[in-house]
Amino acid sequence: MSGIATTGPSRNRWLTAAAWRSLFRDRPMIPLLALLLVLVIVSDIVRPGVVGTEWVGIMLRAAVPLAILAACQTLTMLTGGIDLSVGAVASMAGFVVISLVLSIGLPAAIVVALICALIAGLVNGIGVGVFKVHPLIMTLGMSLVVLGAANFWQIQTVQTSSGVPPAIRTLGSDVFAEVLPYSLIVFIPLAIVILVGLRRTGYGRLLYAVGDNPVAARLSGARSWQVLVVLYIISALLAAIAGFLYAGYTNVASVSLVDSAVLPSVAAAVIGGTSIMGGRGGFGGTIVGVLILTVISSLLTSLGYPEAVRQVLFGAIIVAVAAAYTRVTDQT
Amino acid sequence: MTSIASTATGLLLEASGISKTYGAVVALKDASLAVRPGEVHALMGANGAGKSTLVKILTGAVRPDGGTIAVRGRERTVHSPAEARHGGLVSVYQEPALIPDLDIRSNLRLTETPIEPFRHWLAQLGLEGLDLSSMARHVPLASLRIVDLARALASEPDVLMLDEMTAALPANLTERVLEVVGRRRGGDSSVIFISHRLIEIAAVCDRATVLREGETVGVVDVTEGSEQQIVEHMLGEAASGIAARTGAAGAARARVADVKPRVAARSLASGARLHDASFELFAGEVLGVVALEGQGQDELFDVLAGSERPSGGELLVDGNAASFRHPADAIRAGLVYIAADRAEALLMQRSVRENIALPFITRLRAWGLIDAGEENRKVDTAIATLQIDTRAHGEVRRLSGGNQQKVTIARWVAGGVKTMLCFDPTRGIDIRTKSQIYVLLRDLAEAGAAVLLYTSELKEVQLVCDRAIVIFGGRVVAEIAAADADEPTLLRAAYNLRADVEMPEVVAAEAVATGTAADAAVAASIAAAATSAVGGPSSASAPPAGGDAPEDAP
Ligand SMILES: Nc1ncnc2c1ncn2[C@@H]1O[C@H](COP(=O)(O)OP(=O)(O)OP(=O)(O)O)[C@@H](O)[C@H]1O
Ligand SMILES: [Mg+2]
Repeated sequence: MSGIATTGPSRNRWLTAAAWRSLFRDRPMIPLLALLLVLVIVSDIVRPGVVGTEWVGIMLRAAVPLAILAACQTLTMLTGGIDLSVGAVASMAGFVVISLVLSIGLPAAIVVALICALIAGLVNGIGVGVFKVHPLIMTLGMSLVVLGAANFWQIQTVQTSSGVPPAIRTLGSDVFAEVLPYSLIVFIPLAIVILVGLRRTGYGRLLYAVGDNPVAARLSGARSWQVLVVLYIISALLAAIAGFLYAGYTNVASVSLVDSAVLPSVAAAVIGGTSIMGGRGGFGGTIVGVLILTVISSLLTSLGYPEAVRQVLFGAIIVAVAAAYTRVTDQT
Repeated sequence: MTSIASTATGLLLEASGISKTYGAVVALKDASLAVRPGEVHALMGANGAGKSTLVKILTGAVRPDGGTIAVRGRERTVHSPAEARHGGLVSVYQEPALIPDLDIRSNLRLTETPIEPFRHWLAQLGLEGLDLSSMARHVPLASLRIVDLARALASEPDVLMLDEMTAALPANLTERVLEVVGRRRGGDSSVIFISHRLIEIAAVCDRATVLREGETVGVVDVTEGSEQQIVEHMLGEAASGIAARTGAAGAARARVADVKPRVAARSLASGARLHDASFELFAGEVLGVVALEGQGQDELFDVLAGSERPSGGELLVDGNAASFRHPADAIRAGLVYIAADRAEALLMQRSVRENIALPFITRLRAWGLIDAGEENRKVDTAIATLQIDTRAHGEVRRLSGGNQQKVTIARWVAGGVKTMLCFDPTRGIDIRTKSQIYVLLRDLAEAGAAVLLYTSELKEVQLVCDRAIVIFGGRVVAEIAAADADEPTLLRAAYNLRADVEMPEVVAAEAVATGTAADAAVAASIAAAATSAVGGPSSASAPPAGGDAPEDAP
């Protein structure tokens, strides 16, 4: 009797903590959406009245290309990998289109850029899937190779400097119906394909399987090299598409345009609940993670800090949010 | 009050009113356990009854929602396994607790285990040859379990908890463990012993606490004939003694002499252990494989399953030479493998559904959209057939050990099989479902599948197999018809002794300890009770002609 009486209070406290934790674990979207809401409210407090349709448009326009890069990370992280070459591939793709558009026209330029990306992805996939190179090393190496090749190309093409083609610029930076950026026309179908693909296709399931337990996947008859080669090709193609949007968004042609988006793309996936060890997560969480990072970044800008301070704060916040989030949700 | 009471009764460990819920899953409701000094106390219960959870709570690995724990009459809250270890409570958990990427010695250092006592216990348990600098991931599962046990013993615990310690062990190592456990009786310290094998309980335990659905439903003195009582408590219904269909009632399954074997091995060799294995496996039969630890059976199954390539010999499937480069090749040829180690076979973070459906999606052709209706139908049938407790279905790692094991089997039952390679499939599965699995294997065979069944539980041979082969030193040394395959005979063959040779003392002792007529009778009546009570896909009294077997089977 006395024993039960003494354990009473501590047990209640424990129960509530456990209840919260299991809620977060089973519905990881809830704390994420709550955090996003808080950030929106804070944005509105910092600069009263700023949150409105126009603000939403600005946020979405910035978020879409990052969300596509974060899709690359989500998919590769599900298999326990990562794709650090997305920045270089995206920049390269944007640059190739801009430098070729005058001579061969936009559609052909896009095709060439996609083929270049495909080759990079194929090599990544073969390295990771067939030769078992660690994805970190493989894709980091690949990003150097791609950067070097793009630089070489830059020197070869005498500064044609045609500027970003108008179609790409519209896609990357214009909005329709007041708030909706044109980039959503690209993003929404892609997002649907990724979301449905992960849940309802055999290939999507295999990504999780290979990431969760490669031995089990093998014993069940999966050949993981096939899965991985296709995966890194998909990732590179997505990166190229993101590259087109970034070029249009910034209206700049540069071979290192997207480099600074690589860390946020990884962070968005981690914050969105995708495990870097593989086997757990999804694109829905990643999208919310991207929105969170986008709002944080704009919040820091609106606070008027200099660029250097903003970078420090942004990096620190990414680490803090990721750490807090994994702590809350990663209970076994 | 509790503390006064327990000092008076001299209990070493007393837990009462323990409860624990995980979200909607009630793992423990009102569990109590009282352990006297010097006793070996069995903790029994069906899969998912809460045994492992209780042990984890007692050793501080999991925190209870409520209840009290008292050690030597003093009430205690244990916060971590390390703290529990200092307090004399040590557990060998159901899943190996060594870090795979460290060598054994470093693993020992992590738990501050003194090396000399550890070596002593390792020798006692028959594993003196183990190289302490080998990486844990390269040590076979059975040896890992022994390492876990020796490590626990080396810290000289007051209460040693063994959670299905023997499930992954072959007969000879099981015997060593039982011996070591038995020697602790009557001393100062106690053992809590979890096992689904009633023989072991009868052999070493003094009393048994039975859990059902998270509640302690009975405490039984283990004596002659108390098995029946334990089983009744476990299942919650009288295990009535309907005459059971014991496995191999041979005559009906006489083979036509001139049929081609489904699988034929000719002098297969692989690795350092498998030298020259030859046997034939026919459609419609369950062929048992019996071997002591490390006689090449692992290598044999790896070769058959396509995970390793043989270094010599020939494998024929349906009369054609087969060379598997990948498990996918074996699966395509109709050979599916229920892995020895469930940690190897399961996607721990994925759902029960995804785990069972995994083989459906591995081929390139199946990479597209999944037919949800079809998948659900197959998966649901498999879950029902194996009675998987899916209360915690979201992630397989949250299932109880036995239910995880069932998922590894369900995966291959769901798709329909031609040839099933089972490596100790009933490891850690409770007696009710075990007999269900026996019925399932028999039904598969009756429906035309060929089943190769390695078992470390020798009595399974007579319960399910038509005949058995014995592997010793990497060679098939004997073939025994089910009718003759009683446990002494099998053990004798497993040690490669001729029938006319006197068994050495140890072996004789083992034979006595592992097989008694009374025990077989209990098992049989459980089989009958379980099948009639649960009403699974087939009933014991009237085996179907194959209508209930998975549809793809020929
Ligand atoms: N982390 C967890 N999250 C959710 N449910 C859990 C968790 N751990 C255990 N459970 C549930 O608690 C119940 C009891 O599990 P436990 O592992 O104690 O069973 P058990 O008696 O050891 O069974 P077995 O004989 O199969 O090993 C099961 O229904 C299981 O699904
Ligand atoms: Mg258990």
